Amino acid sequence: MIVQRPKLTWWERTYLPQILAGLWLTLKHIPRRKFTRQYPEEKPLLYGDYRGAPVLVKDADGRVKCVSCQLCEFVCPPKAIRITPGFRPENRFDANVEKEPKDFVIDMLRCIYCGMCEEVCPEEAIFLKNDFAITGYKREELQFHKEKLLELGGVHDDKIWKWKNK
Amino acid sequence: MIEFIVISFIKIAAVIGVMLTIVAYTVMLERWVCAWMQDRIGPNRVGPFGFLQPLADGVKLILKEDVLPHHVHKVLYTIGPTLVLMPALINIGVIPWGSNLPVFGRYIKGVIADLDIGILFIFAFAALSVYGIVLAGWASNSKYPFLGGIRSSAQMISYEVCLGLSVVPVFMQVGALNLSKVVEYQAAHSWLVLCQPVSFFIFLVSAFAETNRTPFDLPEAEQELVGGYNTEYSSMKFGMFFMGEYAAMFVMSALMVTLFFGGWSLPFAPFNAPATSLPVGLAHIGIFLAKVVALLFFYVWVRWTIPRFRYDQLMALGWKVFIPLTIVNIVFVGAVLALVVK
Repeated sequence: MIVQRPKLTWWERTYLPQILAGLWLTLKHIPRRKFTRQYPEEKPLLYGDYRGAPVLVKDADGRVKCVSCQLCEFVCPPKAIRITPGFRPENRFDANVEKEPKDFVIDMLRCIYCGMCEEVCPEEAIFLKNDFAITGYKREELQFHKEKLLELGGVHDDKIWKWKNK
Repeated sequence: MIEFIVISFIKIAAVIGVMLTIVAYTVMLERWVCAWMQDRIGPNRVGPFGFLQPLADGVKLILKEDVLPHHVHKVLYTIGPTLVLMPALINIGVIPWGSNLPVFGRYIKGVIADLDIGILFIFAFAALSVYGIVLAGWASNSKYPFLGGIRSSAQMISYEVCLGLSVVPVFMQVGALNLSKVVEYQAAHSWLVLCQPVSFFIFLVSAFAETNRTPFDLPEAEQELVGGYNTEYSSMKFGMFFMGEYAAMFVMSALMVTLFFGGWSLPFAPFNAPATSLPVGLAHIGIFLAKVVALLFFYVWVRWTIPRFRYDQLMALGWKVFIPLTIVNIVFVGAVLALVVK
C-alpha cells in the first residue's frame, strides 16, 4: 500500500497550527469531568455475578446450608478449603439434616476466586460475594473460619426450601 | 558597608526561600495540570487539597537511601547534581524582582546584585549548568546516562547560541544590558514582547531547549534513555537534579518576564514607575511573581501537549532555522532603529 503524503503548506510545515491546536485541546480538558475513582472511599460498582471471596450462607430458617459433603474441598484447585465434618445434635430445630461442618476454613491467601466451589456445591451453601480486598496483619487472620464465613455470607434468599419439610 | 551586607543577606534569604518554595510548588503544579489534562484528579491526599504534597516529596527524597553505585566516578558523580542546581540559584540574584522597597526612608533595590552586565552574567552561568549534566552522565559510567550527557552537551550549547542571539535586538532597542534598566524602559514605554515578537518567540523556544523541557527533553527522555543522565542517581542527589530543572525553569521564566513582559511593571499607574511607597513596592514583587507563575504554567502546559522532537529535528531547528532567523532579526531591528527611529 502506498501512503500518499499530504502536501503541506508553508504555514503547516512550521508545526505551529498543530501545536496551537494541541495546546487548545489540552486546555479544554482541564475543566472537564474527572474519571478518577477515589478508591478507599469510592468503591467500584460490582455486578451481581462478581466473583469475590467465597462465603457460607444460611437459609431463611437460620439453618447452615452446608452439609459438609466436602465436594468443594475436593474440587478447589489451590486447596484453599479445609472442612472438618460433624453431626448436628439430635434435638436441635435443624436436626432434620444430619451433617454440618464442625469447622470450615477457607485460606484467603490461597483462594483464587475461581468459583468452582460455588458451582460444585449441591446445597447452594457457598457463594462468591463482593469482597475483593481481603487484608490482614497476620497469616492467621486470613484463615477464615466457619463463624466468620457465615457472618459474611448472611441469609441466602432461596426460592426452594429444600430442608423445610424433610 | 555593614548595612549593605546585612540587607544583601536578608534579600538572599528571602529570594532563595521564595524561589525554592515556588520551585516545589511548580512540581505540584506540574502534577496537577498533567492530571487535569488527562481527566484525572491529581495528588489530593497530603493536607487540604494536597497542598502539602511537596513537603511529603521532600521528606521522601531525603529519607531514601543514597545509593552510590560501585562503578561510578565518585567525585564527579557527587558534584554533578550541585552543578545543575547552582547556576539557577546564582542567576536569580541578577534578576530584578521589584522596583524598590522604601523602608525607614531608605530605598532598597528589588534586586540582589544590580549588575551592568546582567544578561551576560546570566548566560555565562546558565551555560555552566550543562557541566552538571555532562559530568553526571560521564561519571555514572553507564550507557544511558552517557547518551543523555552527550545529547545535552550538543543541545544546550546549540541553543545557548540561539538564546544569546535572540535577545540582542532587545538590548539594541533598550540600549543597556542592565536588567533593571530593561524593566524601567518597558515600564516607561511598552512591553518588549509587542516590539520584538520574533525575538520573544525564539527566546521562548530556546528556553525550553535550554532547560531540557519537553518537547526538547532529549537528555532525559524517560522512554528511550531510562531517565538519561539521572538514571544512576537516587535520594537527594536525584532530588537536586529535579530541583535544578525546575529552578532553571523559574530563572528562565523570570528572565522572560524581565526581558519581554515588563518585569514588575503593569502598563498603568502606579505600577508603571519605580515604587515610592512600601505597598506599591510589595505589589511590584507580587506582579513579577504572578507573571513568572503564569509562564511556569505555560511550561507545564506545553510539556503535557507536545511530544518530543527527534534529535536531528532538534539540531536542524536550532542551527538551520533559529540561528539564521535571529541574525535576520538583528539586521532588521538594526535597520529599523537606524533608519526609522534614529
